[in-house]
Amino acid sequence: MPIKKVMKANEAAAWAAKLAKPKVIAAFPITPSTLVPEKISEFVADGELDAEFIKVESEHSAISACVGASAAGVRTFTATASQGLALMHEILFIAAGMRLPIVIAIGNRALSAPINIWNDWQDTISERDTGWLQFYAENNQEALDLILIAFKVAEDERVLLPAMVGFDAFILTHTVEPVEIPDQELVDEFLGEYVPKHAYLDPAKPITQGALGFPAHYMEARYGVWEANEAAKKVIDEAFAEFEKKFGRKYQKIEEYRTEDADIIFVTMGSLAGTLKEYVDHLREKGLKVGAAKVTVYRPFPVEEVRELAKKAKVLALLEKNVTFSVGGALFQDFSRALINESEKPKIVDFILGLGGRDVTFKDLDEALAIAQKALNGEKVEEVNWIGLRKEIL
Amino acid sequence: MAVRKPPVTTREYWAPGHAACAGCGCATALRLATKAFSEAMEEKYGDPDAFAIAHATGCMEVVSAVFPYTAWKAPWIHVAFENAAAVASGIEAAWKKLGRKGKILAIGGDGGTADIGMQALSGMLERWHNVVYLMYDNEAYMNTGIQRSSSTPYGAWTTTSPPGKYSIGEDKPKKWVALIAAAHQIPYVATASIGNPFDFIRKMKKAAKVDGPAFVQVQCTCPTGWKSPLEKGVEIARLAIETGVWPLFEIENGDIWNIKIQAPGGGAKVKREGGRVVAIEFKKPIEEYLKLQGRFKHLFKQPEAIDQLREQIKAMWKVLGVEVTLPKPGE
Ligand SMILES: Cc1ncc(C[n+]2csc(CCOP(=O)(O)OP(=O)(O)O)c2C)c(N)n1
Ligand code: SF4
Repeated sequence: MPIKKVMKANEAAAWAAKLAKPKVIAAFPITPSTLVPEKISEFVADGELDAEFIKVESEHSAISACVGASAAGVRTFTATASQGLALMHEILFIAAGMRLPIVIAIGNRALSAPINIWNDWQDTISERDTGWLQFYAENNQEALDLILIAFKVAEDERVLLPAMVGFDAFILTHTVEPVEIPDQELVDEFLGEYVPKHAYLDPAKPITQGALGFPAHYMEARYGVWEANEAAKKVIDEAFAEFEKKFGRKYQKIEEYRTEDADIIFVTMGSLAGTLKEYVDHLREKGLKVGAAKVTVYRPFPVEEVRELAKKAKVLALLEKNVTFSVGGALFQDFSRALINESEKPKIVDFILGLGGRDVTFKDLDEALAIAQKALNGEKVEEVNWIGLRKEIL
Repeated sequence: MAVRKPPVTTREYWAPGHAACAGCGCATALRLATKAFSEAMEEKYGDPDAFAIAHATGCMEVVSAVFPYTAWKAPWIHVAFENAAAVASGIEAAWKKLGRKGKILAIGGDGGTADIGMQALSGMLERWHNVVYLMYDNEAYMNTGIQRSSSTPYGAWTTTSPPGKYSIGEDKPKKWVALIAAAHQIPYVATASIGNPFDFIRKMKKAAKVDGPAFVQVQCTCPTGWKSPLEKGVEIARLAIETGVWPLFEIENGDIWNIKIQAPGGGAKVKREGGRVVAIEFKKPIEEYLKLQGRFKHLFKQPEAIDQLREQIKAMWKVLGVEVTLPKPGE
């Protein structure tokens, strides 16, 4: 029988790791993710998790050790955030290029400068082109579930890509919620043992991993990562379906909320989706035709699902905790890409908000709504809008 | 007919067909190192193949694994420039969990070890992974076209330490990475040279057989970067030992007060006290070593620079606890 425990998302991530039974974990502490390796080292110390825990001297070495372990053919896991993920950047490309199914839990945190430990998504968003799969959790339960799903998808032979699961700094990492811990036997069934067929560093069958790719081969290797990302779309759907069957919780790449007959659909990721759903309820009570959508899978980008969503609204209002300078948010770019060749498409208005842990309140959302409504009425609005800026200190 | 046992196994792990320059001393070093490693694995675990290699970016990596070819007959992985030690840590941890017997060999150049890889190396040694780290020291970044490293010796020309009106070439003394490694109090640290291959083989075997981390720094020649004659690699390496430029020593169990200094040969007179080398009178001047290499050519126009180098070498030996006399030519 699954048990329910009240825990932080960091603990949920550590529980997911325990259930997935990785053989090697290498991690370096960084706020807000520190509790993940702490909890895992407790599991290892108590013999509840039979794994090697490498107390590396940096995040660069954490991911490098994970690459070494994964290349030797074992399931590996780590956790980090922000500057730590940025320090891993170089090796993230390599892990994906070498097709190693490592899973990282990320407490999504802003990047310096100024140094800031609170939530936004700039850390993982900045790694969107590394080839890694990206999942974003709305709550602590999702943090646990998505890590298990990430292992399942990453290790699928049709995919073989590393995956990261983000959950918002403090809003989730340090906030307790009831979380259902699935049965170990069911998780074992769901994940199975990882048996590598392409990376094993075995003296009995020596192979060379990580060779130099000349122009004659490099593009094909990169295309392999592209194809694997494409293949992951179906594999993720299958994993979601199997997860729902086994554990009763339903996931979708893009989850919709009260989008029926909506004129305006707000779209976001992570914990902000929780706030947004309440906000939509509040607007519906007032008779406004507004819905919400949550992007759970950001890489591979769910182009088809975005197109389906777009058919339902006249305005898509994107709420993003990240910036691509002079362009807008990352979702804005990706939604634009998905819709550019559609003959009928909604207007897309982009909102940048909540950076560095700034609270996103109903008042902020009202500000966004007012702009979205103008767009709906055919008035001209800015494509990219910063919400909740303290103009008096600019 | 009696057949003599070859001095080292005929098994090859670094196979012919790699793309190193003709006369590359580092290629020689890797071939010997892997053979020695295999012998140690056979003696320790009864399986000559019980090892895997994690290799840092650099000349030896690039010339040995050009897809779809490989020069490696052992399981081998390259990840990046600075992280061979961390990658090896991960493999070692995985092997532990897989219950696989054997040892991991990490290989890095002087750049990948003494500079950008220093942190990962220190972490790996301090965490006591069962890994031998082999630093092949060709004294510059060769793969990117001969830039100086912190292991480049004083006075040497490189593309980023060019001699000129205001420059003597590299203006800092060589960094002593083996001593830094020894400061981690690990079971085994040694310096070696392709100028003394049997000593190198012996040390690699010893390193491979200890339980825990070991570090071996092997000086190896690079005719391209050193501007030296292709066929003189071993001779030059031997001269480095015989003139006092390159000391050979071992440090066991972190006992840096008990450095085992080896007699250099070349007619040098060694004074011992209680079995310990305390003084060496070298007979061959360092000029004999320098003059065979284009990278030091400019020094001969400024003999005071060579004297400066002599003083640095003396100071380095002093750290090792040995008083040395270094002659000038004709002395
Ligand atoms: C992070 C990073 N910085 C720089 C480089 C470029 N680079 C590749 S190999 C190399 C020098 C290697 O020098 P060394 O370790 O001494 O080995 P060698 O080439 O001499 O064998 C450099 C600078 C790189 N690959 N990665
Ligand atoms: S440049 Fe030097 S180290 Fe590199 S392959 Fe050529 S000789 Fe060997």
